[in-house]
Amino acid sequence: MEKAKARKLSQSKRYNLTGWVFLTPAALLIAVFSFYPMIKCFIYSFQKGSTFANMQWYGINNYIRMFQDKVFMKSLGNTFIYFLIQVPIMLILALILASMLNNKDLKFKGFFRTAIFLPCATTLVSYAIIFRSLFSTDGFVNTILMKLGILDAPFAFLTNTTGARAVIILALVWRWTGYNMVFYLSGLQNIEYSVYEAAKIDGASPLQSFFHITVPLLKPTILLTAIMSTNGTLQLFDESVNLTNGGPANSSITMSHYIYDTTFKYVPNFGYSCAMSILILILVGTLAFIQMKVGDKRD
Amino acid sequence: MISLPKKIAQYAFLIIFSLFSIFPLIWMAIAATNQSIDVIRGKMIPGTYLIENYKALIAQSDLWHAMGNSFKYSIVVTLLSLIVCSLAGYGFEIYHDKFKDGLMSVILLAMMVPFVATMIPLFGMMAKMGFLNTVAGFVLPSISTPFLIMLFRQSARSFPHDIIEAARIDGLGEFQIFVRMFFPTMRSTYAAAMTITFMNAWNNYLWPKVIMNKPETQTMPMLVSNLTAGYVTDYGMLMLAVLFCTLPTVIIFFCLQKSFAEGITGAVK
Repeated sequence: MEKAKARKLSQSKRYNLTGWVFLTPAALLIAVFSFYPMIKCFIYSFQKGSTFANMQWYGINNYIRMFQDKVFMKSLGNTFIYFLIQVPIMLILALILASMLNNKDLKFKGFFRTAIFLPCATTLVSYAIIFRSLFSTDGFVNTILMKLGILDAPFAFLTNTTGARAVIILALVWRWTGYNMVFYLSGLQNIEYSVYEAAKIDGASPLQSFFHITVPLLKPTILLTAIMSTNGTLQLFDESVNLTNGGPANSSITMSHYIYDTTFKYVPNFGYSCAMSILILILVGTLAFIQMKVGDKRD
Repeated sequence: MISLPKKIAQYAFLIIFSLFSIFPLIWMAIAATNQSIDVIRGKMIPGTYLIENYKALIAQSDLWHAMGNSFKYSIVVTLLSLIVCSLAGYGFEIYHDKFKDGLMSVILLAMMVPFVATMIPLFGMMAKMGFLNTVAGFVLPSISTPFLIMLFRQSARSFPHDIIEAARIDGLGEFQIFVRMFFPTMRSTYAAAMTITFMNAWNNYLWPKVIMNKPETQTMPMLVSNLTAGYVTDYGMLMLAVLFCTLPTVIIFFCLQKSFAEGITGAVK
């Protein structure tokens, strides 16, 4: 009896150890290539220098400089414009599309879903360049607008502050709406369809079902997509570089784009770049926290 | 009951949004077969200029080298990632205890760390280890991802414990159980993980831009981006390059659409 117990104990110990063997490579890789550089980035943000071997203590000067840096403040503002306009438009569109496609009586459902989901298969750089070409001065959109007589002369979408931002927002909506829709569709599958039928019998309009059934039951998914989109928007890079190149006059540059430029394009300033990166980290964390709090409240 | 006008409005909305979603890609494919001047004039039917565009493209860039690099980097990341993360997901779920659950929460936190916040020190580490312009430099930071670990942990949850017990009684070792029982039954999870990982690796632009500074190590997204540097844009050639860059992921999308959707949403169920 004692022996059996002891054996069982050693066996559970062995299983415990096996578990650690299974997960150690992954955990180590995350520690070395994610947490360690993050901590290092935090330390660098209080230093200055253009080579890693020769960093000097710089106190909070990088952070002070950051808030006086007009281009950085502009990139911060741009990122927030994208965040405040694009994320809500995209999520609402995705929700509407998903609840339409969840309708059992809808025809050509497969076609609609595939078509709307298709932009997700496009490489980020590719779609940025497609949109840049479509909206350039001699691009397709201008040609068509002029042929239709809506415009007399080509409109410089990409060299105009509002135009450049609007095209980036449009491109982002194009690329990511289907992506979010897929989340909502998979969330909707967990809602019994009979709930909708019961609501219909009780005389609820589709709009009422949408607000009183779909939205509340999808809340965890909506929260998740909101956090992911926020995270993605704060890190926008490919679009800013390839669609507008940050222009005109930095009016569409994003934070990651500016950080890349200060690190690898101009004379490297690792400490300053790290300070700006840490601000993004703080923003991502804070916004996720706020969204989780707001998401919890309505329960 | 939905009234007819409402129904029409619904279909109209879906059709318009579908066209909006497809149009840029169709335009791109058509532009790749046309001369730049026709693209500018708004020609919307396939042309006969594909070969010329191709010739211009390979004259100006190292297309097949970049394609090869992109495939090489993406396949290596995908293979390593699937092995490392599935082992971890399985380990976290099957042998879970207080400490492992705690560690899992810490790993999930890594999901919130923006890439730029690790990029600069990572660049320093890679430079120090001599990994600039190497496959290792590209793959190391993206092998282990919290998302994939979570995906495999989730699927291990549905893996019946009885099977493990039975296999143990039959004398199978823990690692053998993983290879012979878990791996074959979780094919669809592996397919989903594969599509999403390959896609992310192929898409990656910022990181290779940081560590690949030689022309012969550049990836497809970098090549396409570099083509736009000149003042005059050859749209036909540019769109052909974009087509080459997009084709692999679009093919995966059409062949594995279900896995693809599962890969995106899988970990949140």
